[in-house]
Amino acid sequence: MTEHMLTIDGQRIPFTEGQTIIEAATAAGVYIPHLCHNPEFKPHGSCKLCTVKVNGRNCSACTFPAADGQEVLNNTQELNETRRTITQMLFIEGNHFCPSCEKSGNCQLQAVGYYLNMLDAHFPFFYPSREVDASHQEVMLDRDRCILCELCVRASRDVDGKNVFALSGRGINSHLIVNSTTGKLKDTDISVDDKAVHVCPVGAILIKRKGFEVPIGERIYDGQDIGQVSLEHEMPIVEEAEHGR
Amino acid sequence: MPSTPSDMKTIADIVARHDADPTRLVQILRDVQSTFRHIPAAVMDRLAAQLSIDRAQVQAVTEFYTFFSTEPRGRFDILISDSITDHMLGSREIAAYLCECLGVTPGQTRADGQVSVDFTSCTGMCEQGPAGLVNGYALTKLTRDRVERIVELVNDDTPVSQWPREFFAVKDNIHRADLVLGTKLQPGSALRWMFQRGLDSTLDEIAKSGLRGRGGAGFGTAMKWKFCREATGSAERFVVCNADEGEPGTFKDRVLLQSYAHQVFEGMTVCGAVIGARRGYLYLRGEYLYLHEPLNAVLAERRRAGLLGSNIIGRPDFEFDIEIRIGAGAYICGEESALIESMEGKRGVPRNRPPYPVTNGYLDQPTVVNNVETFAAAALIALKGGAWFSAAGTEKSKGTKILSIAGDCARPGIYEYPFGTTMAQILADCGGTGAMGLQIGGPSGIFIGAQEFERVLGFEDLPTGGSFMIFDQRRDVLEIVRNFTHFFAHESCGFCTPCRVGTSLLKNQLDKICAGHGGKADLAELKHISKLVRATSHCGLGQTAANPILSTLERFPEQYEQRLKAISFEPGFDLDGALEVARRMSGRDDAHAHLAQEA
Repeated sequence: MTEHMLTIDGQRIPFTEGQTIIEAATAAGVYIPHLCHNPEFKPHGSCKLCTVKVNGRNCSACTFPAADGQEVLNNTQELNETRRTITQMLFIEGNHFCPSCEKSGNCQLQAVGYYLNMLDAHFPFFYPSREVDASHQEVMLDRDRCILCELCVRASRDVDGKNVFALSGRGINSHLIVNSTTGKLKDTDISVDDKAVHVCPVGAILIKRKGFEVPIGERIYDGQDIGQVSLEHEMPIVEEAEHGR
Repeated sequence: MPSTPSDMKTIADIVARHDADPTRLVQILRDVQSTFRHIPAAVMDRLAAQLSIDRAQVQAVTEFYTFFSTEPRGRFDILISDSITDHMLGSREIAAYLCECLGVTPGQTRADGQVSVDFTSCTGMCEQGPAGLVNGYALTKLTRDRVERIVELVNDDTPVSQWPREFFAVKDNIHRADLVLGTKLQPGSALRWMFQRGLDSTLDEIAKSGLRGRGGAGFGTAMKWKFCREATGSAERFVVCNADEGEPGTFKDRVLLQSYAHQVFEGMTVCGAVIGARRGYLYLRGEYLYLHEPLNAVLAERRRAGLLGSNIIGRPDFEFDIEIRIGAGAYICGEESALIESMEGKRGVPRNRPPYPVTNGYLDQPTVVNNVETFAAAALIALKGGAWFSAAGTEKSKGTKILSIAGDCARPGIYEYPFGTTMAQILADCGGTGAMGLQIGGPSGIFIGAQEFERVLGFEDLPTGGSFMIFDQRRDVLEIVRNFTHFFAHESCGFCTPCRVGTSLLKNQLDKICAGHGGKADLAELKHISKLVRATSHCGLGQTAANPILSTLERFPEQYEQRLKAISFEPGFDLDGALEVARRMSGRDDAHAHLAQEA
């Protein structure tokens, strides 16, 4: 079998047929910032943080298929500035108050902000009015922090087989809804063991009474940057998927 | 709130009428909305159960399309078209007068539930505006007299079906016909020729014609059909006609569907034969509801004439039929993969590509999606051959293009030109010689100034899906750009971050500058956001949403600069306005309770 190759920032990266650019990158130990992507789920391509330049054209690394001879630019100043601006957009469209958030230190949005050297929100905050749903005994839904990545939607649909979550509305009024007549989480068939409860990259879906089990200072991104953590966690997943191909 | 047994029966009937088919959810919700004037929560539960889909899906679709509402709209639901061309014809004043006479606030239903008035994106009546919709049906040429008459009809509870017919008159206004509009097609003649010539040769003729998609993107039509035809492993193939003509300023498909429907359907049938499809769909924008019945009548006529259904023109091996699906107010559904999602009963969110619809389209099957005009041209090419078509136009843009001309000119309407025609020629023909600028291709296209009127129509220079708006010296460039920018923010589907957040940021930033609160840094910021939205958005909507800003910043920088305040720093918000709540609470309104914000 001849080996397929592309380059990322000049580095030669092997890939196998059917892999996306981000999968090839992850397998080779190259981090491409991302939020809506999680190698356990179907690629989505909505957050646009993983925007890379492929032969001069912007593409989402998480959905774009790897191909022989592609010249991919990833860790460039221009792209990282773009990613920082997109991260700022995610911050200002929601209500993210890191100092008082249970997820602080374990939050990927916050971690990506640090990684990209985001020092302020830059844009005026939108301060949207979003509903908090604390109706469920064990699971809490705080839409203020939702970044509309649809990981919970995908996990509930594809892994749990439940379709508890969906995105509704349009444009800047897009919002997460749950599948029940009352619109409340308590009236869905969600369970605390569902995959959907554990995939939220931010603090929108939380398990109650667990928020501070790990003290601040000892959390995931307190000691390591998200690039390292992401690769350590995702590399085995990509490799396993490769064996299953 | 519908909950009576008879209401439930009504809902069951609606579902039954649509064969309890969940892909028809948008159609079903249209019927529910028109029956109950909204989609009540109880109905969502009911629909979910009867269609065996998630309630969340019903709610998500309801909340995506602007023609659906969760709160009751008036028994007479009036929407005024908010296209810039309607503005220029006085739509805002007409709307204000209408609201005043009816005693309603835009966006709110009158307390007695009788009437509601709101604004909507361009309804495609740009050359006969100010335009609007009442209970979905197109109103044209709204004048103060008509408004007064409408107010009486509403207050007297006269059903829309009994309103004067001239209120709903939609004219073709064809001023220049060429190959597509000027060639008579005898229904069935293209199909007969196709079989005489052979399907492969017909596809060759389409290739020879050089026909490219008329929706704006310009993908080679023969290539698209060929890819679809060659797609393997599929259960079925589909033909979809994109009649979601939502680009503000475009109305040529409306005319084709109104007066050339046979030609369009014949083109779809030719495509069906070539790619091996048995089913075709016409996705009609909700704003063109008035065309639904006439189009169905044409389809029925074609079935009777043996031009649709089984055994077409006596060929037992050829079966093809066409169904009409109607949209519900979403510009994004003009994007082909969003259109397919909508046809499947979902929110109109563009898919990731690849795979493309030619291999994975409707119901994940190979699908050709073409514009109305593309099919109309294809029918004629099947009849008259590729050379007939490619004789007109330029090297890279063969044939002709139908333009919808509106705005500041003496004779707005439909003009068909060979590609390669100059803007100056077009302006001379339609009486738009006093133009200061042109918006070519709608808000997603570009704005050009008078020094560029020697540029030509064509994919290599000025491509357009058909929108051609003319602005004379009286017009304020920034007001035009503001209208377009608000439009994109309203129509963004919300899927990707740069478009969802970026279009709102652009709207706010431009409003700030137009309101005279912008500084130099705000202009730089406007450009910065524009470039990012263009470079990183998921689909064509976001990638083009900043075009109005970028193309006018380049050509008319002084228009922006003269709005700026001559200070280096400007607060991001209105300081004095922010004190309003405190003033109300303390009951003060003296000079000391105000903050000056002047430089």
